[in-house]
Amino acid sequence: MSAENTNVRTNEDIRNDFVLIAQNEYAYLDNAATSQKPVCVIEAEKRFYTDMNANPMRGFYPLSLEATKAYEDARSCVANFIGASCPEEIVFTRNATESINLVAYSWGLNNIRACDEIAVSVSEHHSNMLPWQMVAKATGAKLNYIECKSDGSYSDEELERAINSRTKLVAITHVSNVLGRRNPIEKITEMAHSFGALVLVDASQSIPHMKIDVQKLGADFLAFSGHKLLAPMGIGALYGRKSLLEDMPPFLTGGEMIESVRLDGATYAEVPHKFEAGTVNAAGAYALSEAIRYINSIGYEYIKERDRVLTAKAIEALRKTEHVRILGSEDPYDHNGIISFTIDNVHPHDISEVLAQDKVCIRAGHHCAQPLMEHLKIGSCARASIMFYNSEDEVERFIESVASVRRRLGWA
Amino acid sequence: MDSRNLYNEILTEHNMRPYYKHELEDADLVLEGVNPNCGDDIWLKLKLDGDVITDGAFVGDGCAISQASADIMLGLVIGRTKSEAIRLIDMFTRMIKGEAGEEEIEELEEASALKDISHMPARVKCAVLGWHTLEEMIGDKGGDES
Repeated sequence: MSAENTNVRTNEDIRNDFVLIAQNEYAYLDNAATSQKPVCVIEAEKRFYTDMNANPMRGFYPLSLEATKAYEDARSCVANFIGASCPEEIVFTRNATESINLVAYSWGLNNIRACDEIAVSVSEHHSNMLPWQMVAKATGAKLNYIECKSDGSYSDEELERAINSRTKLVAITHVSNVLGRRNPIEKITEMAHSFGALVLVDASQSIPHMKIDVQKLGADFLAFSGHKLLAPMGIGALYGRKSLLEDMPPFLTGGEMIESVRLDGATYAEVPHKFEAGTVNAAGAYALSEAIRYINSIGYEYIKERDRVLTAKAIEALRKTEHVRILGSEDPYDHNGIISFTIDNVHPHDISEVLAQDKVCIRAGHHCAQPLMEHLKIGSCARASIMFYNSEDEVERFIESVASVRRRLGWA
Repeated sequence: MDSRNLYNEILTEHNMRPYYKHELEDADLVLEGVNPNCGDDIWLKLKLDGDVITDGAFVGDGCAISQASADIMLGLVIGRTKSEAIRLIDMFTRMIKGEAGEEEIEELEEASALKDISHMPARVKCAVLGWHTLEEMIGDKGGDES
């Protein structure tokens, strides 16, 4: 597919790029959990193993060189995609969780002290909260939670309270996986940098929906998973400023590993390879680069427009449905494709069960964001999440199914 | 599997109008049962006279299946001895695994409304929450005296 013909491609054409979506059996609205994968990405993963499979960076024969090139080209592709200054600023990981843990263990434990503070937003996914709880516990540093309002936004006073002269790091998600709200990262990085603090941005939920530019955001670290961005599961990336990555020790878990490295007298490889111990997921990285090419061919303008149209359609209908409460902003545009909701007297698991009977796929539960659930004073919620390939028809199926939930649970 | 009839009348009735969902003053045994992943959370409370369960109640939150199942269970075990209750718990557990016979399922009375859960692995934990909590309270492991 080329960039020229995207304007003439219809939603149906795009749906045909995804095998499960094209079948129209399921209304797949759980994209915030993981996206579907286009055929070109699945083919790329396969092509790595059929055409160029060798261990990258190990052999000197052509096949290994080709595998190395595919892997390193993928790194350059990711670097370009998010505006990194050079490919060395991209470390391939399994997923955003591993990326964040890498920073917590390697940078956090070596740079944060008992007198410091770590500012973490209350709306974080557990994967951007637990690593910082670990660092705080290990170092004696204070964890400062940034509390959001019920629409997911942050007041200036709250940001000023949480980000101060003692702050060493701010860990914050770009887009909340529950409320869909985009956080003011540019403002936060500017505040943090004025105190000499660094900012780690979790872009897992934003990168499928909006153009990421690490320079514009001012991010010092940025993490994302490939699988939410049309790529296979098991490949993710960490962006880190080169000067920061260079000063960080390798990410090794368990003392025994470090010991054996010393006995071998090994010195560490240059960045980013010092963070990529063991055989890497080269096929995954190669497929991720194909996913990025695909996303670029669709274009974020189209993606944002689809998010807006479909989210507005769903939210407007749910608003008219009795007993349904939508979490977060009143404005559909603030949701970035995420619609979290509750239904009076119906537990979210029963909502998703009823929808499952209609083959409408949504998520229910605490969405790995229990502190946010507590902050919003709900135990859990149901969540539909939209991707550009979703159709009006899928959203209608969702709306109809939601409207039938209370009746099917016996509430007249 | 078609789970369309999962939310049958018995189940929805016990969920909407639970008979035993209330506080129980002076309970002899109290135990919390939690499914951390789904957030089902109940406190089961029992009164005993010797070996006989004379009264019971529960409070808490959870999905329709967990709440209705606990309510149905209490209706079944109140008035029975601990060992009879244990036998019913065992029977219910086997029904959920799809291993119970027709006669056993019949003996479970209203709890048999949950037999289709055996085809729905994701919801098994919800259905057995009350039963496992009861087993912990009156089985060999005992429970927290209050």
